[in-house]
Amino acid sequence: MSDIRKALKERILVLDGAMGTMLQAYKFTEEDFRGERFKDYPTPLQGNNDLLSITQPEAIKTIHAKYFEAGADIIETNTFSGTTIAMADYQMEDLVYELNYESAKIAKEVAVEFTKKEPNKPRFVAGSIGPTNRTASMSPDVNDPGYRAVTFNELRIAYKQQVEALMDGGADILLVETVFDTLNAKAALFAIEEVKDERNLDIPVMLSGTITDASGRTLSGQTAEAFLISVSHVPLLSIGFNCALGANLLQPHLEAIANKTEFAISAHPNAGLPNAFGEYDESPEEMGEQIEAYLKKNLINIIGGCCGTSPEHIRVIANIAAKYKPREAVTLSAVEKSL
Amino acid sequence: MKVKQTKYMKLSGLEPLVLNENSNFINVGERTNVAGSRKFLRLIKEEKFDEALDIARHQVDGGAQIIDINMDDGLIDGKESMVRFLNLIAAEPDICRVPIMIDSSKWEIIEAGLQVVQGKCVVNSISLKEGEEKFIWEAKQIKRYGAAVIVMAFDEVGQADNYERRIEIAQRSYDVLVNKVGFLSEDIIFDLNIFPVATGMEEHRKNAIDFIEATRWVRQNLENVSVSGGVSNVSFSFRGNNAVREAMHSVFLYYAIQAGMNMGIVNPTMLEVYDDIPKDLLEHVEDVILDRRDDATERLLEFAETVKGSKAEKTVDLSWRENPLQDRITHALVKGLDAFIIEDIEQARQESEKPIDVIEGHLMIGMNVVGDLFGEGKMFLPQVVKSARVMKKAVAYLNPFIEAEKTEDSEPVGKILMATVKGDVHDIGKNIVSVVLACNNYEIVDLGVMVPPEKIIETAIKERVDAIGLSGLITPSLDEMVYLAKEMQRENFDIPLLIGGATTSKAHTAVKIDTQYKNAVVHVNDASRAVTVVGDLLNKQTAHEYVAKLKQDYDEFRTKFLKRGKEKSYITINEARARKYNIDWETSEIVKPKAMGVQMFKQLSLKELLPFIDWSPFFRSWDLHGKYPNILKDDVVGEQATVLFNEAQDMIQDIIAKQLLKPKAVFGLFEANTINDDDISVKKKGEEIAVFRTLRQQLKKREGIPNHALADFIAPESSGKTDYIGAFCVAIFGAQELAESYKAKDDDYSAIMAQAIADRFAEAFAEYLHKEVRTKHWGYVENEDLTNDDLIKESYKGIRPAPGYPACPDHLEKETIWELLEVEKIIGVTLTESLAMWPAAAVSGYYFANPEAKYFGLGKITDDQVKDYAERKGIALEKARKWLHPNLAD
Repeated sequence: MSDIRKALKERILVLDGAMGTMLQAYKFTEEDFRGERFKDYPTPLQGNNDLLSITQPEAIKTIHAKYFEAGADIIETNTFSGTTIAMADYQMEDLVYELNYESAKIAKEVAVEFTKKEPNKPRFVAGSIGPTNRTASMSPDVNDPGYRAVTFNELRIAYKQQVEALMDGGADILLVETVFDTLNAKAALFAIEEVKDERNLDIPVMLSGTITDASGRTLSGQTAEAFLISVSHVPLLSIGFNCALGANLLQPHLEAIANKTEFAISAHPNAGLPNAFGEYDESPEEMGEQIEAYLKKNLINIIGGCCGTSPEHIRVIANIAAKYKPREAVTLSAVEKSL
Repeated sequence: MKVKQTKYMKLSGLEPLVLNENSNFINVGERTNVAGSRKFLRLIKEEKFDEALDIARHQVDGGAQIIDINMDDGLIDGKESMVRFLNLIAAEPDICRVPIMIDSSKWEIIEAGLQVVQGKCVVNSISLKEGEEKFIWEAKQIKRYGAAVIVMAFDEVGQADNYERRIEIAQRSYDVLVNKVGFLSEDIIFDLNIFPVATGMEEHRKNAIDFIEATRWVRQNLENVSVSGGVSNVSFSFRGNNAVREAMHSVFLYYAIQAGMNMGIVNPTMLEVYDDIPKDLLEHVEDVILDRRDDATERLLEFAETVKGSKAEKTVDLSWRENPLQDRITHALVKGLDAFIIEDIEQARQESEKPIDVIEGHLMIGMNVVGDLFGEGKMFLPQVVKSARVMKKAVAYLNPFIEAEKTEDSEPVGKILMATVKGDVHDIGKNIVSVVLACNNYEIVDLGVMVPPEKIIETAIKERVDAIGLSGLITPSLDEMVYLAKEMQRENFDIPLLIGGATTSKAHTAVKIDTQYKNAVVHVNDASRAVTVVGDLLNKQTAHEYVAKLKQDYDEFRTKFLKRGKEKSYITINEARARKYNIDWETSEIVKPKAMGVQMFKQLSLKELLPFIDWSPFFRSWDLHGKYPNILKDDVVGEQATVLFNEAQDMIQDIIAKQLLKPKAVFGLFEANTINDDDISVKKKGEEIAVFRTLRQQLKKREGIPNHALADFIAPESSGKTDYIGAFCVAIFGAQELAESYKAKDDDYSAIMAQAIADRFAEAFAEYLHKEVRTKHWGYVENEDLTNDDLIKESYKGIRPAPGYPACPDHLEKETIWELLEVEKIIGVTLTESLAMWPAAAVSGYYFANPEAKYFGLGKITDDQVKDYAERKGIALEKARKWLHPNLAD
């Protein structure tokens, strides 16, 4: 665990790319998703990517390995939707512990294997904690702005279960990502703090928000700096942004927070904006060029990819990242001076 | 004074609030506190949450940087009310942009509040009152929820009421929080208890000075903390004497802030400016606050008697209510005051034989005065429209009585049909003319916007109208007007046709419309002329002669105009291309946009657009001519312009507070190259995704003066360089609904105002977005420092020409922009059959970044370019002629 903090000081760490995009290539059918174990399950299961950690573990392992081969230092577990709230769509709430545990375990096995091969480049597993499909500070009902589809406590309990399973399975880091509603993220952080307290141990936490459009705000309306302030009560390993935008569009928002925090800065953008068919078609080189622009500016400590990125993208990004020094930890006085 | 500070408190709503050495005092709004505001308590009890939200909004608008919310009352469910209210606030970006202070003495209410706010809050408050264990537990929870905290100077023994106790409790609380809980010191705020002075009790004498000195000690000894308090307590014993209270607050703050108090609850309306406090009062108040004399309280009490109520009350002059009835009605109409009109009209009705007599008598007498003043230039359009509002209200009140009496039809002076033509959505001008005519007792049949010609003809026949008025703003509307004139001729109409609207002109009316229709066709370019023109046209005695004179006038004008037109000569499109504007592409700077592709703006507050508003056209739409801000001081229209401007500001405040208008925008930045001289190929990764067709000036010019086309500002493919182009559409939604809601209340004045404001916002948004694109998204100018005046003067680099305007009058280009940006799908702005944008308050266009790009007017073009254009675009020649018609040289 102290390893990652040490590595973070020495170089820019590379996070993996998209899991979903890679899984699409397998063209798994409903039967593939079900496997032997869930062949009689009452709900359709196709599209439940998290379930593949149980029914198609080899595919998941292969993808993890490809990203490590491409040069990633950190891979994310296949658990983006691993909460009782998100799994309710598939009536798989009872499976949440197992899904997270198995996903972390698989990822850890691959990581250990790579670390053994190359001990001077230790590999890490980040337990992926998604935003769920509900928002705690916005109403889904336009006629009743005071209504909420989920409460802080419901989120806190669901996240706590996911966090415990990820830690039990061997995750080295927890990654609360794609935060479009800061209140959801605060519930996740609350749960993590509870688990840390109960187990009396520490685990590094990465947090990554999502800026949804050109206005430069999160879906729940906060500016990048307001978002940073709202989650800085927990000693994070890193803070940054992912998803929704391509690398170039992310830059101003990274700049907005980079000199205002002591935490490391992370970014895992999409491969551009989706085209008319909803596909991401930015090439590794195009994306790399844009990322290089912010590495040059010394903005970044952890860099990776989100929707539409492949091991090829990560390879290009890793090669570029190797050429640059990580953003230096902003010292306290420097932070305050910038105010 | 040296305070111990290495870190500063940071809070957040939707936006950050960061304390630093420059933020001397954070003002906390406290009207959303059931314990402090009876009104707020009543609203919460009655579950009138909308009105309760208005209170919160009012505070934020008034400058509160944090809002304190308290629901502690025995008669309400505090927890439920707290959650409900905070959830509603979260849906109001204008309120929740500031941080929330969750205020309760009950932990369960505080925790429920912390669970529903995304930003970093302040908890108000915790203390050692019930011992260290509970204090530690609550602080831990607050830390985990990510909030700052107010700590009351209170412990197991009681509330700190002197200097020593204050610092004792503050020191102990600080040590527990920092050392045992690990609470961030910059997130601790001490409330050191502000108690009343000058109560007459000996032990209260040092209340203020002890607070101030304790504050000084805390800021010098407890690193990074803040100090807060409720200021109005200090003057409690002078309730009822606001002049003294305001001075006391001001003096108290003056010294407390110097001592390090950096946050507090202050009612800004209960605060005198320190320097404005009269010397003698100041001396007496300072004696009390700083405890400088043994008899300070007695002296202030004595002195207070002399300053009681010295503040002048602002009163409304109601002396005109003493005047006779007719004078009152006339006064109300001339001044546009509707507060007493129903009362007066009812009296008039009772005094009259028939209700209709009130209209024909009292009201007409008043409106004639309005008409005379308007005619003499002593009243201006906005005032007249306000008069009409009062008139309408009076008539609406009388109508049921008139109906009930079933008297014979009253004969209005005439009946006028008003319509904005097919394909056009702009109706501010039409509405103004309608109102002015209605004021003059004409009956108006208003068919609204986008009215097809058949409906105009059919209604005109059915309603037996006496004249038709047509309005339009975009160029295709001109052809619609010509078509309608033809139809009127075919149907053998013999009533006059009035033409108005921004693109119409006397020239077009004379040359294209007048020739199609045997009866009178009049171009009316302002509302004030409409009344006299219509009066002359419908006057049975003189109409015949007037129409003959009109026809002759237009005929002469036409002849002169056509002669003048002949003198201009044109060159062929190929010759014009040879004279294109040449940019040296080898040296010209091309900046690649930082962000390529289509992007949208969903969340933007109208407030951010305010600085970008160009007010001059707003006054023009009300027939007040002059440049803002000088127009406000104009000798003739200045006073009226000021009234209009202030009322516009009020409406804007209301629009912003209630979010009645919604700005939306989409824009895109793309690779582009000019091809075939006049076309711009828009590309994505080298593949063409759209082609913009530009038109080239063909007027013969002096040697060395180029014939421009917009395509000249983009690098041609042959240069081998990749250049870039942008496109955008901004719109303001909700103006129509808002205007309708006013019309439903017979308030045309506000309806027109709402539309005029929406138009200004749309233009301001276009300006704002252009700036954002220049400096951020495209980023070709990094450090632009232009004032709004500079923006209005278009002194920025690069241009944003709009299809339908002089540089590119071809409206068909909008279709290309709509496809490229998916405008309709993304923000919901649609195009009518005449390619007007709906909602009407919208702007669309292109972005050109080249420093040499500039605005120009296309002028007239000849048929060879139209043919060439039709071929390039792959459309029928007839279609091309139809759309480019207004620009075709004869």
